[in-house]
Amino acid sequence: MALNNETLQQQLVNDLIVESAEGLERFDKELLLLEKGEGHKDSLNISFRAIHTIKGTAGCIGLGKIESVAHVGESLLSLLRDGKLKITAPMISVLLEYSDALKEMLRCLEETGQQGDHDYSGLLQKLQQLQTGELPAAAKPAAAPVEPAAPTAAAVPANWGLFEDEAKPAAAPAPPVSEDKSWGMFADEPETPAATAPIVPATVVAAPVAPAPVPVVAEAAPVVENNPAKPAAHVTETAIRVDVGQLDRLMNLVGELVLARNQILQFTGKSTEPALLHASQRLNLITTELQESVMKTRMQPIENIWAKFPRIVRDVARELGKKIQLVMEGNETELDRTIIEAIKDPLTHILRNSMDHGIEKPDVRAKAGKPEEGLLVLRAFHEGGQVNIEIMDDGGGINVARVKQKAVEKGLLTPEAAARMSDREGYNLIFLPGLSTAEKITNVSGRGVGMDVVKTNIEKIGGSVDILSEAGQGTTLKIKIPLTLAIIPALIVTSGGERFAIPQVSLLELVRLEGEAARTGIESLYGSPVYRLRGQLLPLIHLNRELGLVAAGEEKTTEVVQIIVLQADGQRFGLIVDKINDTEEIVVKPLGKQLKSIPCFAGATIMGDGKVALILDILGLAQVSKVIAESRDRALAEKPAELVRQDNRQTLLLFNAGKNSRLAIPLAMVARLEEFPLNAVERAGDQDVVQYRGQILPLIQISKFLSQAEPPTAQLDPMQVVVYSEQGRSVGLVVGQINDIVEAVLTVKRDAPRRGIAGSAVIQDKVTDLVDVAGIIRAAEPNFYSTAAET
Amino acid sequence: MANPKQFCTFFLNGLYFGVEVTHVQEVLRHQPMTRVPLAPATVQGLINLRGQILTAIDLRRRLELPARTGERLPMNVVVRTADGAVSLLVDEIGDVVEIQEDIFERPPETLRGVARDLVRGVYKLKERLLLVLDTEKTANCN
Repeated sequence: MALNNETLQQQLVNDLIVESAEGLERFDKELLLLEKGEGHKDSLNISFRAIHTIKGTAGCIGLGKIESVAHVGESLLSLLRDGKLKITAPMISVLLEYSDALKEMLRCLEETGQQGDHDYSGLLQKLQQLQTGELPAAAKPAAAPVEPAAPTAAAVPANWGLFEDEAKPAAAPAPPVSEDKSWGMFADEPETPAATAPIVPATVVAAPVAPAPVPVVAEAAPVVENNPAKPAAHVTETAIRVDVGQLDRLMNLVGELVLARNQILQFTGKSTEPALLHASQRLNLITTELQESVMKTRMQPIENIWAKFPRIVRDVARELGKKIQLVMEGNETELDRTIIEAIKDPLTHILRNSMDHGIEKPDVRAKAGKPEEGLLVLRAFHEGGQVNIEIMDDGGGINVARVKQKAVEKGLLTPEAAARMSDREGYNLIFLPGLSTAEKITNVSGRGVGMDVVKTNIEKIGGSVDILSEAGQGTTLKIKIPLTLAIIPALIVTSGGERFAIPQVSLLELVRLEGEAARTGIESLYGSPVYRLRGQLLPLIHLNRELGLVAAGEEKTTEVVQIIVLQADGQRFGLIVDKINDTEEIVVKPLGKQLKSIPCFAGATIMGDGKVALILDILGLAQVSKVIAESRDRALAEKPAELVRQDNRQTLLLFNAGKNSRLAIPLAMVARLEEFPLNAVERAGDQDVVQYRGQILPLIQISKFLSQAEPPTAQLDPMQVVVYSEQGRSVGLVVGQINDIVEAVLTVKRDAPRRGIAGSAVIQDKVTDLVDVAGIIRAAEPNFYSTAAET
Repeated sequence: MANPKQFCTFFLNGLYFGVEVTHVQEVLRHQPMTRVPLAPATVQGLINLRGQILTAIDLRRRLELPARTGERLPMNVVVRTADGAVSLLVDEIGDVVEIQEDIFERPPETLRGVARDLVRGVYKLKERLLLVLDTEKTANCN
C-alpha cells in the first residue's frame, strides 16, 4: 500500500513537471507578446491560468515551496488580469525572472525529487512591491497604471498573512474546491469588468478552505482543459498525451506486422485462389497505411523547439545591448521526435552565434544605413524528403579575410592555401574546431568551440550544413536533415556470409571491377590496398577482414570485385564486399549495451525474411580501420592540405571530335550530357536544332570550329551532345565519343595559337586540348551571350 | 514465514540454475541467430523477437563452463533487465519451482571465478542444489 502511495505521488509529480513546463512556455510566450505590444485580451488570462494551475497542483501534492513562490506571482497576475494594474516593461522582466525561478525549482524537483534550497525572497519582494505599486517602475507609466489603488494595497497584506499559514503545512492540499468555482467566474470576467472587484478577495478566501482530498486535483485539472481561452481550444480538445515508449512499442509491432505480411505475400504469390489473393492484397494495403500512420504519430512540429527561441533572443539581445526581431516561418514543419531532440542544441547555438557575431549593435547598424533593429529569420520547410532549416540574419556577414587570417594564425591553414581559397570555402572555415573570429569573448559565444560541434552533431544524424554570407548584408546557414532516423534508406551488402546495411547518406558511388581489372585494379602500398579512382588513390578496406570474418589473405581472388565508395568525416574510402544485394528502407533498432562498445555498428535491423542484419557505422568503421585520421585534431591538420589540393585540381570531361582524339571541357561548364538519335535533328533557318525539354536546342558541331577543319566524318548515331547553359539559354555541343571523366591537376602547357582551343595540358600522360567553349559558341552563335545576359 | 518465491529453472552442463520468475519475459525454442563480428565471446548473436532485436548471451561461456557439444540446439530464456530484454542461451529448460526462503544460503566462500560474482545464492532443495543467478549482472557482459 505504501508503495502504491509512493508511485501515485511520483505520478502526480511527473504530471506536474510536464504540465508546468508547457504552462511556463505559454506564459513566457504571452508575456513576450505583451512586451512587444502584440498581446491580445487573453494574454493575461492565459498567463494567469498557467501559474494558477501550477500553484494548485503543487499545493495538492504537498510541494509547499513551489506553491508559495507561484502564489506571489499569481497575486500580481490576478491584479493585472483584472485590470487593477497596468502591465509595464520592468514588470515583464520581473515576471520572466519569476518564470525562471519556477522552472529552476521544477528542474530541481525532476532531478533530485526535492524543491531545491535556492532563496527567492528577493524576487518575491520585487513581485510584492509591484503589486503595491511601491516599485518606481510600476508607478512610472503615466497611462493610469493603478486604477483602484486603495483596494489593491489592502488586498495584498491580507493575502500575505494567509499565504504564510498555508505555506507551512507542506502536505496540506490548498485551494482546489472553491478555486474551481473561481474558474467559472473567471471565464466571464473579460466581458464584465464591473464584477471583478470582489474576485481578488475570492481567490484569497478560497485558500484556507478545508483541505480537499487528492482526487479533486484530477477533477480540477480537466476544468482547465475544458475551459481554455477560445484560440487554444481546438488543440487541447482533440489531443491526448501518450507515452513515447508506447509509440515505440507500437512502431515495433507494426514493423513485425510488415514482416508477417511479407511472408504471407510470398506464399500467396504461388496461389491461384482468388479469395486468398484478394485478402492478402487488402492486408498489404492496410499494413502499409498503418505503418505510415504510426510513423506520423512520432512526428512533432518544429515549433516544439522553436517555442523557446523568442525568449532566448530577447534575453541575449538585452545582454548584448542589441535590438533583434525574430521571425519564424514554417512552425508546423514536422520531424521525427528523435531528430527534434538532436537538433535542439545545434539550433540554439547557431541562433546565439548569429546574434552575437552576426547582428551588429544598433549604432553600427545605423551608420551602415540599416534599421537599428536587426532581423533574424528562422525558416523550416520540407523539400525532397528532407527538412530544410534556414537561419538568416541581416548582420555584418562573415569577414572572409578575417576568418582566413585567423585560421592562418592558428596554424589551421597555410597562407598560400588561404590566398587561393574561394570565399565559399572561406566561410566553411568557421566549422573548423578552434576557430573563433569574435573580437572579444562574450558570455554568449566566441570561445572557439561551437560551430564545429554544431556541424558534427548535424552530420551525426545524417544532415548537412552550408553557409552563405555577403559582407554587410548578412549570413544564411542552411541545414538539411532527414525526416526521420527510425527508417532510413540503406544499401544491403553481403560480406563473409553475413548481410550488412550501409546507410545511403555516406554512400558516394559503387565501382565494379571485372576480369582483368579485378585482378590488377587493386594495388598495394606497403600492404594497404588502394584503387585508382579517376586518377586519385582511394584507400580500401576489406569488410570481411575488418570484421574478423576471415583472416587476412585467406579469401580467394574473385572474378568480380565490388567497391563501395564511402565518405566519412569529409574523407573518401572504398569498402570491398562480396556482393551488393539491393537498396532498402530499413527500420533502425538500437543494439543492447553488451554491443554498444563496438564502433563498427550503428544498430541493427530486421530484413524481409525476418532475420537480423547489422547496420554499419561508417565513421566508426573508418576510424577502427585507420583509413581516416582517428582524432579530429589530425583530420584538422590534414583538411587544409586537402583544400589546397582541390584548388588546382579540376574535373574534366574527356571526349573526341573528328580527328581531335583528346579534347577536354571542365565538367563545371557541362549542364548535362545527352544522346539524340540523328533523325531527331531538325533544321531551323540554317541551323541544326533538336527539341529538348520543351525548348529548341541549337546544335554546334565542335569539330567544325577546331583549327584543323576537315571534311565531316560519318556522324555517330545516336550523337553525343554536351549541353551548355548560361542564364536559362542552352546550346548543344555535338562531340564524337565521350571517353571519361577525370580529376586532374590542370597546368596549361602552352598558349594555343589554334582556333577553338584554349590551351593544352597533359592529362593521364597524354597531351589533351582544352576546348575554348565560350570562343566556339561566340563564333557559332554570335548572339548567345548577349541574349543570355538580357534574359 | 516469508512468501515463497518462484524460479524459472534451467540446466547448463548438468548444473541446475534458476532466475526469479518475475524477471523472465518468456521462454523460446532455438531461434535463428545473426552473429555479431567483433562482439565479446559471450555474445552468441542477435535474434528477432517479434520485431524486437535481442542480444543472445551464451550462458555456458558467461559462466565459464565448457562449450556446448553435440547436435542439441540451445533454448532461450528471455529476461528483462534495466537495459531491455536479453536472451540467455541454456541447454534445457526446467520447471517453474516455488521455494521457501528458509532454505536459501549465500554462496560458499570456496566458489571461485565468475560464478562468485553471478551466483546470488543457493537453495538447498531435497534432491539437488539450485543456483540462483543475478539477472542484471549476468546480462551485463562488457
